[in-house]
Amino acid sequence: MSTGSAPPILETKALTRSFSGFTAVNSVDLTIGEGTVHALVGPNGAGKTTLFNLLTGFLTPSSGTIHFQGRDITGMDPERIVPLGLARSFQITSLFEQMSLLEHLELALASGTGLTRKFWKSVKVLGRFHDRGMQHLEEVGLADRANQAAGSLSYGQKRALELALALALEPKLLLLDEPTAGMGLEDVDRTIELIQRLRHGRTVVFVDHNMHVVGSLADEVTVLQSGQILAQGTYDAVRADERVITAYLGESHA
Amino acid sequence: MSEHLVGTSHLETAATAAPERRERAWARPLYLLLALLLACALPWFIYPPIALDILCWGLFAISVDLLLGYTGLLSFGHAAFWGSSAYITGIVAIETGMPFPVAILLGALAAMVIAVPTGWLAVRSTGIYFAMVTLAFAQMLYFVANRASGLTGGENGLQGIPRPFFGMELIETEAFYFYYAALPLIILGCFIAWRTVHSPFGRVLLAIRDNPARARALGFDVEGYKIVVFVISAGIAGVAGGVFSSGHGFASLNDLMWTTSGKAVLITVLGGIGTLWGAMVGSGILVTLEDYLTTLGFEGIGIVTGTMFIVIVLLFRRGIWGSVQQAWHWALGKARLRWG
Repeated sequence: MSTGSAPPILETKALTRSFSGFTAVNSVDLTIGEGTVHALVGPNGAGKTTLFNLLTGFLTPSSGTIHFQGRDITGMDPERIVPLGLARSFQITSLFEQMSLLEHLELALASGTGLTRKFWKSVKVLGRFHDRGMQHLEEVGLADRANQAAGSLSYGQKRALELALALALEPKLLLLDEPTAGMGLEDVDRTIELIQRLRHGRTVVFVDHNMHVVGSLADEVTVLQSGQILAQGTYDAVRADERVITAYLGESHA
Repeated sequence: MSEHLVGTSHLETAATAAPERRERAWARPLYLLLALLLACALPWFIYPPIALDILCWGLFAISVDLLLGYTGLLSFGHAAFWGSSAYITGIVAIETGMPFPVAILLGALAAMVIAVPTGWLAVRSTGIYFAMVTLAFAQMLYFVANRASGLTGGENGLQGIPRPFFGMELIETEAFYFYYAALPLIILGCFIAWRTVHSPFGRVLLAIRDNPARARALGFDVEGYKIVVFVISAGIAGVAGGVFSSGHGFASLNDLMWTTSGKAVLITVLGGIGTLWGAMVGSGILVTLEDYLTTLGFEGIGIVTGTMFIVIVLLFRRGIWGSVQQAWHWALGKARLRWG
């Protein structure tokens, strides 16, 4: 397949996860080239989110291995994987509703500094992340809401904050779980534009159902079905693949 | 505007905007001074042992609130730390004759040591299961204390705990003076709780409370943070339990009973979860009420406190202090509109 010449940043071998008899991810060999934007697509229940959870340590694989930058991260906890440079966003918007936007960013930026273990220091020490936090908020167009509570944001704004949080962790590999889910057309285009900007110097893997998003962003597409890789390649190649058409539209259209 | 990922939402109104976080600069020292004055004046108005009870139960409930209100963990076994410290404080005072603050701090230290394995095991579960694991540990300690009667006095409890204090007889014998000698320890406990809540560590706790999975995805070792705050909380509960047994001159199995854990949770909810100082208010109300009913010779205290608990939970979800705060902010907002 056309992983291209980029050296792999992430590699899974025979990655499998079963839930009491049901195999959600079945022997997946996935190679993500460094610096690429990679889309994971597939019908509901194909195992995309499970795969994400395996890659980020939220689930432990039943078997198989995951290597990130040549390092075996199989079975590692998320809090150990994140500092290695692998961050994620969530499919369902997942924030701290009562915290302000800036406080969110301060937390993300302080993560891994050890500063947050200090229960004897004033919370004001987090102020040192103020400028960088504002920068990240500016990047996603939320700077003017820095002191609002996250709970007061609109849906699309929350998704944007999700992105800013993931970026603040300065990941080498960014996993985005349905970054445009539930967005209106205009917001979708803004998100595409944003991801295009933030991909520089990074590798991005994202799940999305919106083929417009996949088509405009992805260098490479992997199609999952029933926990297995059905097809892999460029967007155009995958779109023309008969197995993919069958999987998405049913036998009669093939 | 093209830079903006998302346009302004129609949902965004004054009601959903973040609440005013910054208090006026003079407000905090003023409140602190008032609280301190109140604490110093208390034994002039209230029978001193009862005044001390208010502080002890209040600090105990603050330690519960640190977990319940700021980390989202309901410990139903905090009697383990209050009670073990009560006993250790007593044993140290009886056996060594060291000044009572030293005995209490050693008691609190023992509570923290016990909290390490308890916390390590308990944080693996959440919600009701966390409550059950902590309860189970407390019950275990209860039975251990009951069996180890050589050390704890078993059913009779540990009687005649002295409170040596550099030969200052008034403090050693008079509840009124002991109150003032013990007050700094209570303040120390309050300070540790306050410091923890308003620290970078405390910020992570809030994140864990609101969304543990998200906190993990940001790279925070959620279980590690929970264990640390659990141990801190146990230490604070230990200070409260130590002062309590020192003040009363005895420690009993009652201090390790699940009803003691329950009372601390009740006070926390009464005062207002996640308000920290509400615990002191809740304690003030509950302890004086219980004392009043006892002196009346009323048998069914549980009926009254239970009813009060239900009313608070149903009508004032923020608890007494939380509701007062809300009303205060509302009134301030009104005043600002009128004068500003």
